[in-house]
Amino acid sequence: MPKVVLVTGAGGNIGGGLVTRLAADPAYDRVIGVDTATPPKRVLNALGRAEFVRADIRNPLIAKVISAAEVDTVVHAATTAHPAGPSRRTVIKEMNVIGTMQLLAACQRSPTVRKLVVKSSAAVYGSSSRSPAVFTEDDAPRGLAAGGYAKDAVEVEGYVRGFARRRPDVQVSTARLANLIGPDVDTVMSRYFALPVVPTVFGYDARMQLLHLEDALALMERLVKHDLPGTVNVAGDGVLTLWQAIHRAGRIPLPLPGFSVPTAANVVGASRRVDFSPDQVKFLNFGRVLDTTRLKSEFGFTPRWTTRQAFDDYLAGSGIRSLVPVGRIAGLERVLARAVGSRSS
Amino acid sequence: MPNEAQVIPLHTAKRPRPATNGTNGTNGSGGSGGSERALAPVRKVRPRAGAAKKPESRGLLADAAGFLRRRLAGDYDVDEFGFDPDLTDNVLLPPLRLLYDKWFRVEVAGVENLPAEGGALVVSNHSGTLPIDSVMTAIAVHDNHPEHRYLRMLGADLVFQIPVLGELARKTGQTLACTEDAERLLSAGELVGVWPEGFKGIGKPFRDRYKLQRFGRGGFVSAALRTGVPIIPCSIVGAEEIYPKIANLGPVARLLGLPYFPVTPTFPLLGPLGAVPLPTKWRIEFGEPIRTDDYPAAAADDPMLTFNITDQVRETIQQTLYRMLARRRSVFFG
Repeated sequence: MPKVVLVTGAGGNIGGGLVTRLAADPAYDRVIGVDTATPPKRVLNALGRAEFVRADIRNPLIAKVISAAEVDTVVHAATTAHPAGPSRRTVIKEMNVIGTMQLLAACQRSPTVRKLVVKSSAAVYGSSSRSPAVFTEDDAPRGLAAGGYAKDAVEVEGYVRGFARRRPDVQVSTARLANLIGPDVDTVMSRYFALPVVPTVFGYDARMQLLHLEDALALMERLVKHDLPGTVNVAGDGVLTLWQAIHRAGRIPLPLPGFSVPTAANVVGASRRVDFSPDQVKFLNFGRVLDTTRLKSEFGFTPRWTTRQAFDDYLAGSGIRSLVPVGRIAGLERVLARAVGSRSS
Repeated sequence: MPNEAQVIPLHTAKRPRPATNGTNGTNGSGGSGGSERALAPVRKVRPRAGAAKKPESRGLLADAAGFLRRRLAGDYDVDEFGFDPDLTDNVLLPPLRLLYDKWFRVEVAGVENLPAEGGALVVSNHSGTLPIDSVMTAIAVHDNHPEHRYLRMLGADLVFQIPVLGELARKTGQTLACTEDAERLLSAGELVGVWPEGFKGIGKPFRDRYKLQRFGRGGFVSAALRTGVPIIPCSIVGAEEIYPKIANLGPVARLLGLPYFPVTPTFPLLGPLGAVPLPTKWRIEFGEPIRTDDYPAAAADDPMLTFNITDQVRETIQQTLYRMLARRRSVFFG
């Protein structure tokens, strides 16, 4: 039986990268990337022998693509829980929820589909003061912002669970990815830390975990190639606090009362570049840390980049220059220490 | 591709303070001075730049500059609960230590009952209208324990909702009082502090002082049973009298979303002055550990056993309190 993989969201960070990686593996007879818009030339060229199909997963047409190509593995990477910039809520919600429903409906009808790999998000856990410090895969969502993108992610996972119940013969893997970052990734976090003055929520310092795009791709590839059913948290080891990250990037933090962050971001023009939806503000408020024990023990995957290394790699790769003269303080420190040293000798 | 995948450990048991700033290597003659400063006790460090401009405090200034550089470069470690030892040791503990040493003149007994390493659950009585007793217990543990262990405290969810306070709580190593966090800390081998009376204990009227309230639902016992760590009863005398709560303005409390709004002899009568606690003499005593590792594995799911151990811990603390009170001659002089 030929091995055929279909990847939705092929124009995105995860989808596009995954198509390229799978196309490089001769074990797969066909690799099909699907997206609503044709990706840029640069991405298309990188696809190699993979095929690109311009199709909308919100449309029943996707079922024809699956049945005609006799797809046996479907990777659903078209959902968005963290839009990078301001975006139209209804469009993204349609894509997330209706797209997932249509795709799963098509998979349920297909006699050839054997495996479903879903890119989910750690946003399903929400962010709140009442959450445990570290989320395991069994924790239920708490403190979700009403009508936010995180709610979509929870709904998407609900549909996936329903599908898994109805088609127990299909192996389902769900990866809850932490916020992505990397030198050439366009995500909400990479845009946020590139702002010269970074709006934060006054009186709070969120604990953040980041995931390097390369690690995210390596894990998704592993889920496609190996039989690893279940839900898994994916995040780089270690924690950075929001302020720590802002300082590492050499940006200037601007603490604002939580409710005023979106408005203030609007005033300084930051909201034209960065998404400041309620979910995102809650994340900046309380943050989120994932337990990755299952990822390491059961899924046999340890991210190569820790959170801090991933962030530093992003800083180095995107050419962000520090606005704070840390070097001068280090010099002052040396002078002061030397003064004491010479005095005591 | 990363040049080198260095793994930053999440749980380093003890983070040694960077004592000098590399002067020993660059300046040979300064070697003795450097090692001398390395041996200086932690409490002497005043990290705020400009706090001391006198010529004799140059070493401290260099340390302060180092601290400032680390903060501005984001070059410090924070664990998954948000605990920031660098900030705790250098900025947050020193002023509280003044309160501990000079104001409450805390005396500590039974430090030998705290384990040198590995997890343990310190269970204590709660009092004083504001949770100053928990902070003082944390300093008592850190400063008197031979390994200078940090007490990781479990706080009410209200703490983490309040701006600044919630942030400071996380930075000093506190986390939300929930089973998940408690068990995670205990299995990581941390010393965890819990005040099971909660708001009932801390907000009780002055006439009920030193009468232990109900110990919650005994969740702390199941956490200890599940992780097999000893429970160390801790009794605090002196905290009850710092803000004698003689009345409670219920409607104001409801309006502000607080569990109570205290009226003390000085608050709200004297306004902000009412926030100054009375200088009572404190005694903190750590009792003998109660072992939980010799129960069968299913013990944590046995409510009767949980209740029994809860009562045992509560009785131990109550009896110790009575004994300590009988020996106390003056509230302010001990």
